[in-house]
Amino acid sequence: MAALINVPAKAKRGDIIEIRTLTSHIMETGFRRTMDGALVPRDIITSFTCRYNGAEIFRADLFPAIAANPYLSFFTVAKESGKFEFEWIGDNGYSSTASASITVE
Amino acid sequence: MPTTRRQFLSLAGSITVIPIVTLRPLEATPAMLNTVIRNVVGEASIRTGKVKLDIPPLVENGNTVPMTVSVASPMTADDYVKSIHVFNEKNPQPNIGNFYLNPSSGRAQISTRIRLADTQKVVAIARLSDDSFWQVIADVVVTLAACTEEVN
Repeated sequence: MAALINVPAKAKRGDIIEIRTLTSHIMETGFRRTMDGALVPRDIITSFTCRYNGAEIFRADLFPAIAANPYLSFFTVAKESGKFEFEWIGDNGYSSTASASITVE
Repeated sequence: MPTTRRQFLSLAGSITVIPIVTLRPLEATPAMLNTVIRNVVGEASIRTGKVKLDIPPLVENGNTVPMTVSVASPMTADDYVKSIHVFNEKNPQPNIGNFYLNPSSGRAQISTRIRLADTQKVVAIARLSDDSFWQVIADVVVTLAACTEEVN
């Protein structure tokens, strides 16, 4: 599934950098009804994790009150060159990953 | 053969339709909000301060409301923000999101976009490394609600 990741390509060691992620997902709340009254089943992303060279640096539990196409922004300290891995997990076995690399000088 | 009044009445009497409609509460109540907050906080007291919630006071479209929570914290190994929890008062469910940080976050700030079903309060609570809880409450006026509209 398509995801947009915004991580600076380069940073100085010790810099605090912002990481922004956007992924495409309907985030169906499970509270909406169709015209004929049937409840539309819930289909949301429930969990987001970001790992920096294997170590978890940020995690979030999401609920139906998160808007469609979940956007998340958070910070971390640039410690070493390497890779950020992002993982979204949701209802109906949904799972999606993305990654971004950074050079730390 | 035309149906007589007597036939009609006996028929109507035999078919007793009891409409059973179980309605889920359409919105979280302040009591539900308190319950979920207590689930996170436990018995600890919640102080006001340290936490800043940036959210528009007037929202035209409740389907996507930008929100930023930041906490005044040095984010060192001894003094950092463990987690940020955001709640609402009147959506069908009181939770919005839980966000887990650590000292390597550097800055205790998160942003996302949320849904608001009604004009209501939004509560952000931060848990610090000493297990103290700090909160801020914002009032948001919503003109177009999210969540409960029909699917076309």
